[in-house]
Amino acid sequence: MWRQWIPFWQPGLSPHSGDVDLLFTGLLIASALVVGLLFFLLALFCARYRAGNQTDRNHRVKKSWHWEVSWTVASFVCFLALFVWGASVYFQIYRTRSDEHDVFVVAKQWMWKTQHPGGQAEIDALHIPVKRPIRLVMASQDVIHSFFIPALRLKHDVVPGRYQDLEIEVDKPGHYHLFCAEYCGTDHSGMIGEIVAMEPADFSNWLTQQAPSSPLASEGGQLFRELGCSGCHGGRGTIRAPPLEGLYGKPVPLSDGSTVIADDKYIRDSILMPRSQVVASYEPLMPSFEGKVSEDQLLRLVIYIKSLAGRQS
Amino acid sequence: MSETNYLTTDYTLRSWFLTTDHKRIAILYFASLIFFFFIGGAAATAIRIELATPQGDFVSSDIYNRLFTMHGIIMVWFFLIPSIPNTLGNFIVPLMIGARDLAFPRLNLMSWYIFMLGGCTTLFAIFAGGIDTGWTFYTPFSTLYSNSYVIVAAAGVFIAGFSSILTGLNFIVTIHRLRAPGLTWYRLPLFLWSLYATSVILVLATPVLAITLLLMATERFFGVGIFDPRIGGDPLLFQHLFWFYSHPAVYIMILPGMGVINELVSCFSRKQVFGYKFVAWCSLAIAAVGFLVWGHHMFVSGQSLVASLVFSFMSFIVAVPSAIKVFNWTATLHKGSIHFDAPMLYALGFIGLFTVGGLTGLFLACLAYDVHATDTYFVVAHFHYIMVGGMVTAYFGGLHYWWPKITGRLYSEYWARAAAILIFFGFNLTFFPQFVLGAEGMPRRYHVYPPEFQVWNVLSSGGAVILAIAYLMPVFYFGYSAFFGRRAPANPWDAPGLEWQTSSPPPEHNFTSQPVVTRDPYQYDEDFHAEPQNA
Repeated sequence: MWRQWIPFWQPGLSPHSGDVDLLFTGLLIASALVVGLLFFLLALFCARYRAGNQTDRNHRVKKSWHWEVSWTVASFVCFLALFVWGASVYFQIYRTRSDEHDVFVVAKQWMWKTQHPGGQAEIDALHIPVKRPIRLVMASQDVIHSFFIPALRLKHDVVPGRYQDLEIEVDKPGHYHLFCAEYCGTDHSGMIGEIVAMEPADFSNWLTQQAPSSPLASEGGQLFRELGCSGCHGGRGTIRAPPLEGLYGKPVPLSDGSTVIADDKYIRDSILMPRSQVVASYEPLMPSFEGKVSEDQLLRLVIYIKSLAGRQS
Repeated sequence: MSETNYLTTDYTLRSWFLTTDHKRIAILYFASLIFFFFIGGAAATAIRIELATPQGDFVSSDIYNRLFTMHGIIMVWFFLIPSIPNTLGNFIVPLMIGARDLAFPRLNLMSWYIFMLGGCTTLFAIFAGGIDTGWTFYTPFSTLYSNSYVIVAAAGVFIAGFSSILTGLNFIVTIHRLRAPGLTWYRLPLFLWSLYATSVILVLATPVLAITLLLMATERFFGVGIFDPRIGGDPLLFQHLFWFYSHPAVYIMILPGMGVINELVSCFSRKQVFGYKFVAWCSLAIAAVGFLVWGHHMFVSGQSLVASLVFSFMSFIVAVPSAIKVFNWTATLHKGSIHFDAPMLYALGFIGLFTVGGLTGLFLACLAYDVHATDTYFVVAHFHYIMVGGMVTAYFGGLHYWWPKITGRLYSEYWARAAAILIFFGFNLTFFPQFVLGAEGMPRRYHVYPPEFQVWNVLSSGGAVILAIAYLMPVFYFGYSAFFGRRAPANPWDAPGLEWQTSSPPPEHNFTSQPVVTRDPYQYDEDFHAEPQNA
């Protein structure tokens, strides 16, 4: 690979990071040309037209507009090309496709808690298989953090109060930095972790070797009963509250006539702000769980409700 | 020197602290800004000492966070924003347009008192225990999680904002109403065009900052949910409001610098500025489009992808007028007669550093690369190239250029050139390695960092030592010049501007008779026999 020949430059390790590196190279070359041309002209003019140097100073350029128009248009065209290039790669980077293997990330002052669907939890570390897109569902417990993996040229803020999806994929096994890039208080620079990318077989081994813990969905189910959700949403009682079986990913008609897709964000919002989007033909009876459940618990509830998707109501 | 000038009319303290003379107020601002510059600079020095090693061994994390916050707040609001407008602008604007004073002399004095009140409030916050939010005050950290003097510091910035608004207002009215007979808009020196554009931003954008800080204080003090999602607020709302002010504020900081460069490049190549009208309108274009790019600080925040697209596009657009200016300055040199006096060395340094800062701004406007580079040292390096490499260099250039007019004394050309060259090299050694650090992924605001980043941090800290020494040099030769320097003639650079038509230093009311303007600006002698007298 050509990038390995450039000193001080660790090549990116995801399918998109190659595109970002190419873009960076393009920007560098364009800048080098501009700086080269400009510094050449500055040096040339400073040398030739220094005071006291006898040289031809007649026929100065008087009418400037055609020069102005030329370099305005030239700058604009170059900038437009860079804009289009950068934007197209940006849309690639932030596209999330698969939800085969979701990993849940909770950021809090000052640690990263990650959890696999099987319940394997880690702190300041994330083990993933290589060459397979992983969808991260990220939430913050307190302030804004930012999930940054330099080797993947990838970053996204984790803003409290909302879920953020991010897809990552690593090409090569290894250990990579995970940084918090948004300033978050005293130990901001200590909020760093490690992405451990493994061959798929090693990853399966790793998953099974982790301390046995119950899958997130069953923990969520337990919470569902403890918090009393099952009283209304449970199996038979569908008079006061809509059933949740087979809900996830389906369109839901709302009382105001609109329709939403029941995704992670919708379920989260419905737990915290149940009266904002009421299902058609139901009364707004549900109390808010704002402040009563942590981000960790919320995630488990969402995963539990998601796990009901395959069941019939 | 028998006749009295503005410095010798009265020597009492009262005559200084209750003066309404724009020249004396400029001196008051100048003294205050030097003070703030060295406080901000001391914080920067401590930061660079800490970052020389990867471990956190010089100060604790809490202290480190307070240091970079203090550096940012002091440098942005108490040095960069008032620097050129309130010192050089205050002094030169009435002289340049042939007026006796600014339109509202008492408002001008009030603006300095408000500024000092804001400054002292902020200093109190810093010395009472500090503030650790970063200069950006991001919520909900600043409203609910930070245990520091956030409200006091924000109050200081809030108060200082009124000073900005008053100064902006004063300049706008002055430039509209007090121009000398014959001084039409297209005969205005370009310094005034850029100060005019700056003033428009000051007046329109600063109220938004005031509102934002008020909302933040309301949430922090009364727990009203505005920005914290746990009580029904939206953290991104703060970022939108904050950057709606703070991005235009970047242009508040750089436009006056560009204005100074026009004067310097033109004077020391003995030639009028190439493409005068284009440069003039570029200032206003930057001021206008600068209001529409704030979202480029939020490409990874979770704002909609379409919004990111629009803001990226507008950010490329706003770079066009800046590029035009750089080309015009270069073209001004063509077939000139170039003198390498200290102000010109600063001007040439500005063009180089500003170009690097501007080009790396394109990297950051470019969506996909910004995802990697934002919140890393790449951003830190970029804005220091604009703010320090650009604005501070221009400020020093302007200060050297108008020093003989302000003080009536000449400075040591030898030491001034040495300082200019040392600043240029010290600056590049300090900040260029930070581009590499950012490209390699070192996040900003890190007290402790992984050891592989150390080499570049050591280079940067080494450069900071050189830069600190270089910035101290003018204190000595300017200090010497102010008291013992040779007397300056009225027009040491042989420049055609109105400010050079009166004596140095100017009399209390600037001109003995009302000047009348009959020609375009920058009419340098075509035959090149006019050499600067103190070169």
